[in-house]
Amino acid sequence: MTASYRRVPTRALIYILLLFFSMFYLIPMYVMLVTGFKNFDEVSLRTMWDLPSGLAMENFRAAYQVLAPHLWNSIRLVIPTAMISAMIGSINGYILTKWRFPGVGILFPLILFGMFIPYQSIIIPLVQFMSWLGLAGGIPGLALAHIIYGIPITTLIFRGYYASVPSEMVEAARIDGASLIQTYVSIFLPLSIPAFVVVLIWQFTASWNDFLFAVILTNSSNWPIMVALNNMAGSQIIAWNVQMAGSFLAALPTLIVYIILGRYFLRGLMSGALKG
Amino acid sequence: MRHKRIDRDTVTAVLLISPSIVALLIFVYGFIYWTLRVSTSKWIGLTPNLEWAGLSNYLGLMDDPRFHIDVRNTIIFTLLFVIGCLLLGLVLALLLDQGLRGETFFRSLFLFPMAISFIVTGVVWRWLMNPAGGSRISGLNLLFDSLGLDFLINKWYTTPNWGIAAIAIPAIWQMSGFTMALYLGGLRAIPEELREAARVDGASEYQIYRRIILPLLRPVTLSAMIILGHISLKVFDLIIAVAGKQVTLDVPAVYMWTTTFDGLFYGRGAAIGIFLLVTVAVLVIPYLYFTLRQEAEV
Repeated sequence: MTASYRRVPTRALIYILLLFFSMFYLIPMYVMLVTGFKNFDEVSLRTMWDLPSGLAMENFRAAYQVLAPHLWNSIRLVIPTAMISAMIGSINGYILTKWRFPGVGILFPLILFGMFIPYQSIIIPLVQFMSWLGLAGGIPGLALAHIIYGIPITTLIFRGYYASVPSEMVEAARIDGASLIQTYVSIFLPLSIPAFVVVLIWQFTASWNDFLFAVILTNSSNWPIMVALNNMAGSQIIAWNVQMAGSFLAALPTLIVYIILGRYFLRGLMSGALKG
Repeated sequence: MRHKRIDRDTVTAVLLISPSIVALLIFVYGFIYWTLRVSTSKWIGLTPNLEWAGLSNYLGLMDDPRFHIDVRNTIIFTLLFVIGCLLLGLVLALLLDQGLRGETFFRSLFLFPMAISFIVTGVVWRWLMNPAGGSRISGLNLLFDSLGLDFLINKWYTTPNWGIAAIAIPAIWQMSGFTMALYLGGLRAIPEELREAARVDGASEYQIYRRIILPLLRPVTLSAMIILGHISLKVFDLIIAVAGKQVTLDVPAVYMWTTTFDGLFYGRGAAIGIFLLVTVAVLVIPYLYFTLRQEAEV
């Protein structure tokens, strides 16, 4: 609507500015891709900005060889984490929205605060506790940590979503004699698909991208992708071009999810800032 | 009959939610208590030693030159990162709010770094911000050199005393899109009638922004400052991925890590952990309080 007031030169200027800013966001992707597609002879820091002569796959292949087991570890981590987190969040969100019990007003802020804590303030006991449980070093322990520290955000997202379900529907079901669980299964669950998508994406992205928990809770054979990538980048043996290709491989899964389901991703982000 | 049903439902509700509550009580509040306990202990080395040390770990930090560097670095980083994200986010949101074709495309483009790990961002920017000069020049310095913008060539994160400022660049790259989304949400919430009315009253577009839109965006700025501020206090992965564990780029989150898990100074590490928790809590608790109260009023 506002656009009709804009004269053509103003609009052109806006586009020029937007394109200029776009370059800032695209530079890292550009460098990752052009470097990744160069063949080994072409790669040189001096020609970092030049386009590749063809679409060589050597860098990606070399990076994949190093990272493949860790990509697999990440997949073993994120799938159960996202699914279990979503189920827990859905149940918690449902109960906190529709069943009022004493203390709920204090409970919710206490749950939410867990979302903001710096993990440095719990990491020492976390490591001790995981060793005590016999879960240190492996993927299940790491998944457990992500699931538990994911409870606040997943509960928040579902609670926000379920708040829009009219209470009359719940009342009606209750009068019909439906139990708590029956109401959940027959009314809430069928409506929840968008919230499930938001939470699955959120937990998938968070546990795929995590470094802090992963580096301390897993041993080198169980390292997820980000720990392996950081280690690759810190080593003197692996050339920078392979690091670039590796970075791209590591970023690809979450990027694909973002490109396909960006709308749901944004919703998760906004909930994280407590903005519905 | 009905009374019984409600009772049974209450029992189910409590049963369903209690595993989460118990888990958070242990993993958040129990662990914070435990870290607090470790921070007042003499624990150094691999075996836990909870012998009481009073506040000595905290007092030690106050005299610790490395911790002074950390606090200075955190302040510099936070200022640049928060201001950078706010300005860039606001400009992008204002540009995108003009009802242009291609808005969705640009919005997605500015937001995609949010989907990427700080580790990936760090590894790529480490090469973009390569400080090498002379014949080994590369990255952005090489780009500046070939564009004739030599005055922009710098040593990035290896600049003496100010290296931490360079880390704010990839951090802004990653988080400014999110700030834009917050501002865009704020702009969309301003009713069009308000602008219309001002236009009818003869206000120029500039005046409308200056006097109506920007003041109405203040609550968004406040939320964004708190979210960005607490992220900047926690920044860890990005610094590790760009520069490893160099003391010049040290921040409390990194210091906690190295002193605890590399140096085995558990007592001191726990004290830094608690320090971080308190700074984050000071920022976040009022925000939580007001946001939830507002929500309850609606």
